[in-house]
Amino acid sequence: MAEKNKITVPDELKSTVAVTDIQEVFDGNLIEKAYNWGRRNSVWPMFFGLACCAIEMISTAASRFDLSRFGMEVMRPSPRQSDLLIISGTVTKKMLPAIVRLYNQMPEPKYVIAMGACASGGGPFKEGYNVIAGIDKYLPVDVYVPGCPPTPQALLFGLMKLQEKIDNQKISETSWYDKENAGDPIPIPVLGPDIMDPKDFDKIRKQAKG
Amino acid sequence: MYGKGILEGLLVTLKHFFGTFIDDIRKGRKRYMTDEGVEYRRSKDVKGIFTVQYPEERLPTPENFRFVPFLVYDEKEDGTNEIRCTSCGICAKVCPPQCIWIEQTTNPKTGRPVPEPVKFFIDIDICMNCGFCADFCPFDSIKMDHYYEMASFDRTKTNILDLTKLSKPASYHAEIHPIHFAREEEIRRVKEQKREERRLAKEQRLNKFKSE
Amino acid sequence: MNEIAVVKSELEIRFPDAVRKDDREGFQGYIVEKESLVEVATALRDDFGYDYLTSVTGVDYIEEDILEAVYHFYRSTGGKELVLHVQTPRNNPVIPSLYKIFHGVDFQEREAWDLIGIKFEGHPDLRRILLWEGFNGHPLQKDWKEAFYVEEKKPFDNRWPEGKIQQIEELNKFGKNVRYPENFHDPESWKPEHEDLLYAGLLDLAEKTGSGLETDHVVINMGPQHPSTHGVFRMAVVVDGETITALKPVMGYLHRNHEKIGERNTYIQNIPYTDRLDYISSLSNNFGYAMAVEKLLGYTNEIPERAEYLRVIMAELTRISNHLWAIGFLLNDLGAYFTPSLYAIQERELILDIFEEVTGARMMNNYHRFGGVAKDILPDAMKKIENLVLDRLPRKVDELDKYLTKSELLQSRTEGVGVLTPEDAINMCAVGPVLRASGVPYDVRRADPYSIYDRFDFDVAVRYHGDTYDRYLIRMDEIHQSLRILQQALKDIPEGPILLRNPYNIKAPKGEAYGRVEGPKGELGFYIVSDGTSNPYRYHVRSPSFINLTGLEKMCVGQKVADVVVILGSIDIILGEVDR
Repeated sequence: MAEKNKITVPDELKSTVAVTDIQEVFDGNLIEKAYNWGRRNSVWPMFFGLACCAIEMISTAASRFDLSRFGMEVMRPSPRQSDLLIISGTVTKKMLPAIVRLYNQMPEPKYVIAMGACASGGGPFKEGYNVIAGIDKYLPVDVYVPGCPPTPQALLFGLMKLQEKIDNQKISETSWYDKENAGDPIPIPVLGPDIMDPKDFDKIRKQAKG
Repeated sequence: MYGKGILEGLLVTLKHFFGTFIDDIRKGRKRYMTDEGVEYRRSKDVKGIFTVQYPEERLPTPENFRFVPFLVYDEKEDGTNEIRCTSCGICAKVCPPQCIWIEQTTNPKTGRPVPEPVKFFIDIDICMNCGFCADFCPFDSIKMDHYYEMASFDRTKTNILDLTKLSKPASYHAEIHPIHFAREEEIRRVKEQKREERRLAKEQRLNKFKSE
Repeated sequence: MNEIAVVKSELEIRFPDAVRKDDREGFQGYIVEKESLVEVATALRDDFGYDYLTSVTGVDYIEEDILEAVYHFYRSTGGKELVLHVQTPRNNPVIPSLYKIFHGVDFQEREAWDLIGIKFEGHPDLRRILLWEGFNGHPLQKDWKEAFYVEEKKPFDNRWPEGKIQQIEELNKFGKNVRYPENFHDPESWKPEHEDLLYAGLLDLAEKTGSGLETDHVVINMGPQHPSTHGVFRMAVVVDGETITALKPVMGYLHRNHEKIGERNTYIQNIPYTDRLDYISSLSNNFGYAMAVEKLLGYTNEIPERAEYLRVIMAELTRISNHLWAIGFLLNDLGAYFTPSLYAIQERELILDIFEEVTGARMMNNYHRFGGVAKDILPDAMKKIENLVLDRLPRKVDELDKYLTKSELLQSRTEGVGVLTPEDAINMCAVGPVLRASGVPYDVRRADPYSIYDRFDFDVAVRYHGDTYDRYLIRMDEIHQSLRILQQALKDIPEGPILLRNPYNIKAPKGEAYGRVEGPKGELGFYIVSDGTSNPYRYHVRSPSFINLTGLEKMCVGQKVADVVVILGSIDIILGEVDR
């Protein structure tokens, strides 16, 4: 019976139709679906540009590609009001403490997109003395968008991937409602003779002595 | 004065707003979700809405467009694939951020290098999409791809491309670079023709020599 | 004998002991004894008319055991350069500062100190500028190695023929090339020596300019994450109420080691890196770099005619797209939020479509080669350019003009705000729209014509008030002038080859070269020293955004806090170029 009544949703409506079958409500999926549907269609990115990719990010938000079709046009300059941190460009050692601090200030649930080669793995500037080879050494990254720079369409594809990820998250498993296991803020690196991660302090003490 | 500037600015937006609907009525169904519609929105005459609604609509990628590189292989008539790359290493040498790793082997019998890569890696987290590898490849074997939907959840698994991920058939190359492909084929045909002529001339000379 | 030769011989007569000809192979200009540098520079400015010192940088000649500072002097009325070299031993690199004579050397001397380690004696505020206080060493010295150090020169040997892929950072996670200073024991308690100098200097300045009333000074840090600093730029501002009493820019948050990487690259490998300097106007960066290397290679007069036209067409399209972006975001900073930007970006997208079709990428074009350009504009794309230039852009720019220029919102926020006088502008080495808005008609395309700009009929846009409104207007004017150039170029463009030759590895003869173009943001210069190999020995970018920031403090002091954002927007900086 259930099989027979199944409604197939056309592809272009998938993002707007949440429930097609009453059975799902009884299964207890409704709250989760509604919750994720709400979240995926109102991801607010932080208005935070780093380098070349930021220009493509702005282009994505502008007239031709129009992020508001995804409910993401509300770019917030304050980390307190944003859900998504798009690392749009080369992360330098001098900038890193500020980025980690920004991430810590964002409320849960929060997501990070590494946009472009530089943010994902250092990119062409990887060999430089002031460049971090990939933001994922410090922050948990959800989606990597390759390209140098990714075209606005490639970024949009990355954002759709993020929506896919949000769709698959379950309230019961998420960490941000779990009071006991709520994550600690990420320790903020310090600028010394080189960048110093608090996790490596012991190692540095040893090296400095030796 | 007295708010005229604001009103003028708002009028522009209003004009834009109505322009969209006037265009909608004039163009009808062809305005959206068609190639023609996208082309119109990229033309000089576009009024009103300018948005290309990715993912339903896509901007056409021009032939010169470059994203990450791929390696071309020829599909032979007997069903085997032959990779064009000879592992000469020019792409690895000219690559500005040095994101190409090529492993060459030698034939154990002769000790000479085998003109085929054993391993070929491109780290697209370093690649800067400059297209030098494709520009300078003397064998037309490395080309720039148009495929940009590569976002992933884990870069360690997807972002280092190896030989299997990089290889794409020559037909794909012909599809995305029709003009370049035609030009390359023409050059190759002329070369082969010359070689053939030279061979025939040589044979003739030999025959002549023999008959004498 | 031409004018420059006259000046040169007079210089030699006047300072027989201090000045001698630079007779190294391929070098030009003079070597000046460092003791008399200030005297010579003063004479050059006051008596010889070389009042415009655009570029100061350093070179580390490790084999001769000297550090050298290189100065490029120009006349603000136009003409060729005069180069001075000043040498100092490596173990005690001290050179007198020219800060008192040319205010514009401020940041450039700090940069040379930061990256090369030349101490400029008499500079009032010689702190690190791109790196942070406490950083170990001076990275552009030839014996300094970074943490992910692989090899001295590219191409690296481990890529081919035994290319075993490896993530360099995994091998060398906490690079062994980091050296720790003597007093470094514990990372948690360590404090670098000059860390507080920024705020101390600021409060000092604030005392001087204060109103005399006893008020509290508040230091505000704008940035590095701030929605209107156009990237990761920080300004430390001291305010007295709403009024700014002192301001210092802090940069380096996007310092990507362009020059260090550039010295490791081969000549041709640097072209795509220059794209990423001023990433709004990549094609103009390519142009400048290609010109500098062509000077070195001696190709300058051999470039095919069609290639020159293609270069000019692309450079002018870039200028238009850059100015559209700048105007859009100036309005954004003024509080109009995104709307004017949307209209400006719409036109920019149409230009980018052309770039994508011709060069293959929207932003990182990688179009120029030494002796030509990489790809021809096919008739299809040419038609599109004609449509844009002859039809759409003039229409749309007029539309922008109509609803922006006379808008009282714009006028009341910008008129009389952030004034820079012509004397200050020249003294601070301001370039491009910032200089011309102050009433100095200096445009490299006219002052020292390069490529084929001497063939086109166009006016150098100039405005005389030097305020933010004029800096807005000058961009509008320049769009119109660029359209004029484009219309002529499209009419005259000949058929023919587009590239002289294109080997993948070029060896440049020994010597130095300084190539400069008028980029959308001003004079963009590339200083290259070659040692005869295929990699540049020294590669320096004289970037307009960076040096235009010297005037920021002068423009801002006495204004309100809200105006700082607007003034910064009117300078039009791109952080990729400021920090490199």
